[in-house]
Amino acid sequence: MKAFAYHQPRTVADAVRLLSQRGTMAIAGGQDILGAMKDGLFEPEHLVNLKSLPGLGDIKETSTGLQIGALVTLSDIAEHPVIRRDYTALAEAAEAVATLQIRNVGTIGGNLCQRPRCWYFRDPHVHCLKKGGDQCYAVRGDNRYHAIISPGPCYIVHPSDCAPALIALGAKVTIAGAKGTRTVALKHFFQMPDKNLKGENVLQPGEVVTQITVPKPKAGTRSTYLKVREKDSFDWALVSAAVVLQMQGEICRAATVVLGGVAPVPYDSASAAKMLVGKPVTVQTATAAGKAAVEQATPLEHNAYKVPLAAAVVKRAVLAAARGVRE
Amino acid sequence: MPQQKTKRIKTTITVNGETREVEIEVPDIEAAWGDPRNMRWLGKRIPRVEGADKVTGRAKYTYDIQLPGMLYGKILRSPYPHARIRSIDASRAQRLPGVKAVITDLTREVKYVGEEVAAVAAVSEQVARDALKLIRVEYEPLPFVVTPETAREPSAPRVHGGQNVSGGNPRERGDVDSAFRRSDVVVHEATYSVPARSHCCLEPHGLVCQWQGDKLVAWASTQGIFSVRDELAGALGIPASNVRVICEHMGGGFGSKFGARSEGVICARLAKHAGAPVKLMLEREEEQLATGYGPGVTAKVKIAATRDGQLIAWESESYGSGGVGGGSGIPLPYIYPVPNVRTRHYDIATNTGASAALRAPGHPQASFIMESAMDDLAHKLGMDPLEFRLKNDPNPVRQAEYRLGAERIGWHRRNRVAGQAPGVVKRGLGVASAIWGGGGGAGSRPTVRIDPDGSVEVRLGTQDLGTGTRTYVAAIVAEELGLDIRQVKALIGDTDYGYSGASGGSTTTASVAPAVKMAAMAAKERLVAVVSQHLQANPADIVLADGKLTARGGSEKSLTWQQACALLGKEGIEVQGEWNANLQGSGVAGCQFAEVEVDTETGKVRVVKIVAIQDCGLVLNRLAVESQIYGGVTQGLAMALYEQRLFDEQTGRMLNANLEEYKLPGSLDMPDVEAIVYDNPTGKVSGMGEPPVIPTAAAIGNAVFNAIGKRIHSLPITPAKVLQALGKV
Ligand SMILES: Cc1cc2nc3c(=O)[nH]c(=O)nc-3n(C[C@H](O)[C@H](O)[C@H](O)COP(=O)(O)OP(=O)(O)OC[C@H]3O[C@@H](n4cnc5c(N)ncnc54)[C@H](O)[C@@H]3O)c2cc1C
Ligand code: SF4
Repeated sequence: MKAFAYHQPRTVADAVRLLSQRGTMAIAGGQDILGAMKDGLFEPEHLVNLKSLPGLGDIKETSTGLQIGALVTLSDIAEHPVIRRDYTALAEAAEAVATLQIRNVGTIGGNLCQRPRCWYFRDPHVHCLKKGGDQCYAVRGDNRYHAIISPGPCYIVHPSDCAPALIALGAKVTIAGAKGTRTVALKHFFQMPDKNLKGENVLQPGEVVTQITVPKPKAGTRSTYLKVREKDSFDWALVSAAVVLQMQGEICRAATVVLGGVAPVPYDSASAAKMLVGKPVTVQTATAAGKAAVEQATPLEHNAYKVPLAAAVVKRAVLAAARGVRE
Repeated sequence: MPQQKTKRIKTTITVNGETREVEIEVPDIEAAWGDPRNMRWLGKRIPRVEGADKVTGRAKYTYDIQLPGMLYGKILRSPYPHARIRSIDASRAQRLPGVKAVITDLTREVKYVGEEVAAVAAVSEQVARDALKLIRVEYEPLPFVVTPETAREPSAPRVHGGQNVSGGNPRERGDVDSAFRRSDVVVHEATYSVPARSHCCLEPHGLVCQWQGDKLVAWASTQGIFSVRDELAGALGIPASNVRVICEHMGGGFGSKFGARSEGVICARLAKHAGAPVKLMLEREEEQLATGYGPGVTAKVKIAATRDGQLIAWESESYGSGGVGGGSGIPLPYIYPVPNVRTRHYDIATNTGASAALRAPGHPQASFIMESAMDDLAHKLGMDPLEFRLKNDPNPVRQAEYRLGAERIGWHRRNRVAGQAPGVVKRGLGVASAIWGGGGGAGSRPTVRIDPDGSVEVRLGTQDLGTGTRTYVAAIVAEELGLDIRQVKALIGDTDYGYSGASGGSTTTASVAPAVKMAAMAAKERLVAVVSQHLQANPADIVLADGKLTARGGSEKSLTWQQACALLGKEGIEVQGEWNANLQGSGVAGCQFAEVEVDTETGKVRVVKIVAIQDCGLVLNRLAVESQIYGGVTQGLAMALYEQRLFDEQTGRMLNANLEEYKLPGSLDMPDVEAIVYDNPTGKVSGMGEPPVIPTAAAIGNAVFNAIGKRIHSLPITPAKVLQALGKV
């Protein structure tokens, strides 16, 4: 790892000021960035420790929902009784991340801001499009884990497990920057590569995520997160789905279906949701939702398997969410 | 002079991981292990003697060696799969404060990503890493090829200048063509393949080198302290007697840690240049790129049996790649005798690192190919796969093991017709077999020493790969002398002790244990001679048990161990032992049964249970044998479902040179494993470290076939392949 200067700001304003300078990066739990620095992928001259900021490590319940500080660990989210009960998809997503050791240290802010796992991107000796090079190696190379839905020119899948769950639950993120703070719906936080090739989200240099706000689910809401991976002892999703259903008796009144592992952003499928709203949740409607979720898919050479897989994952997640509905 | 009686025996020998069956002439000296029922230690479950040291962190591995003034070595490796080195400028690295030695004369042409280009030693790992970045290398990239499929093409870039493809000589017996043409046979044809797999030793390769004048001491993570010694001496041009190699504990080798290897020679040279000890341990990426791997193999197979299920003919054309060196041949047909056989194997050079022996080299690959073909043929014959094996496997031990395993797994629950399991998640059962030599060889020179104060020591320059060598060395001596195992100090892992061979080919136990037994017997004979005089008893009547020496059948007088040893002169007893062929055997058998669940919507395979049965003749330490079975099954499951080295044809680089995308199972992926040590009453000791890895992947593949009625022809069996086979993609 290349030597760097280490900063421990005490206020968000100081952190923002430090991070506005070139060659500076933020570290929270370090579970992503330290590996990338050791591999020589990133070589910041200054590292700003967000963990020295006070007040960003709590989960607060308010009358309108949850406020989760950016430094809250994934373990704390996975174990939180209220999250487990009322925001189940989020607890299940956090629990599906990596290993217990990583979850004990990794933060929710870091989970949302982590960089893609594309193996060409992660190889410091490969200069691909996303890193300013002139080609995407995934197009003609080994793209088994890449996106089946992307406008191009990059085909990463967003690696975060928590993001699909939070988007499905309608979360917003608070962002602090040089010009003050702003709040963005998490759905609009992430950006497709045709809008933003070098990054994955709307953060400008110097900006940090300080808080995630999740609205209180309406009565009759039940959610789940389902992740399929090649192996169970830590692995990234081949495909995952967060499903939030608001039920009234047998009938689904509102639905959100957000997929992981299929696109450069968590993929919010309105067409899948449409198959469910106003109808009872049955194997037929769940299957239709699964089919609808992948109707836009244009797989690459080696990842067509993700199409039936995504359809199956959505179907199952819908059925599982419906089964868990509490009145 | 009376002529010494000799006899000829068949045994296995291993040279740098290549295991061969040989016939040798050996002295025929009478010796026997005795009846296992009367033993206190041997055959029982003996916790390993260094277990507490390992779990408390007291055990010193190579990485734990700290010497005063010690430096850290790092190697600069090629980022290119093939390139000429035009120039190397290390002057800036040399000037970096803290850098004490730089080597740049390693090669002028690199042939794979990760090949050694230069090396430095510095006061810390960090300074050494920084120094590598300051070395300017001007490369001239050359054409490269990283997959055997592309390397086979006539137009492919040449890896070594000559043809990429070698071998291909047909091996033939019987009349293959007419056997396939017979009217009463059923023929099956298919192509099966296994990818290249990395060793992934828990402890990386590496060593610490310290010069004392013109003498070198090296602490190494190795499977062969004497082979490291010889290779270092040869490469450095010094007498072997000037090199001492120490390996007290090591964290796995699996065939990749035989010699000093390039990092060993580099470490010794850096230490010489710097005039200070150097520690050079590889990192995980280096492990993946440059320390060997088990080659992948693809085989086009044609197999035939008579309608009543007798194997009659086999033909296969196979190819594999050992990268820039190392073969890829495998034993086909495997295990089941076939009278008419024609095989052809091609080795294909590629710009990937050189392959190395990997736990039962070639056998797991051969097993997957053969056992898949066996099941596919059984399916065509409408025959139960187990019955098909019972009919074609003449080995009496495996015959018994098949029956035992079938009962333990509940074979009657299999799908009579493959794929007829109900539901979305389908269950299936599969079986496959293992064969191995496991014999030993002469050469080990253990010393047993008894001091007048009663202390007992056994010394031997063997090494414990984690298989439990140290424990049975102590146990054999304790058994012979009637002591508690804690009273015997077993000293191994140092070339200053008597010679012993490298640990490979599962030959260690059958080489070491007989020699230790002979040394212990000789020590006992000397002690008994003294004690029998003192007790005025016949030496043959003296029994050693429970820390006492008792004269049986007469006075029943006895001495405690302490009293007996006190009768010895100051010099105590110090005797050597030699290997005795009558104490070892060769030819072990095993089989495994797998139960799986296949999710037909996600394509995911979950292994529910493995029943693994293995014989090794006389069991020395039941716990250690079980532990080898668990380890073998774990590696076999990894091969079945997860492992593969992936190379990118555009860049020539390995895509998963890590442990994140190079997937290994964790505890959540492991099924219930029932390890059964089959007690084969040969009365002789054989090795078994390798065979438990052989049949697991094949058994899992066959279980998947039984569940879904579709064959996955290549490993690993991923969700993508299962969905494809089910026609969902
Ligand atoms: C072996 C392994 C397996 C993994 N498996 C999974 C998995 O299955 N699912 C999954 O979702 N993740 C997985 N991860 C990723 C890991 O869980 C997440 O990266 C972790 O949550 C990151 O949190 P952190 O606090 O450690 O982030 P850090 O490593 O500290 O930061 C990650 C990135 O986010 C930026 N950052 C951090 N906090 C903020 C903030 N508040 N505002 C702006 N930028 C910020 C940093 O600058 C950095 O670029 C895995 C990682 C490893 C090493
Ligand atoms: S998918 Fe994106 S990150 Fe990966 S190689 Fe292509 S451009 Fe680079």
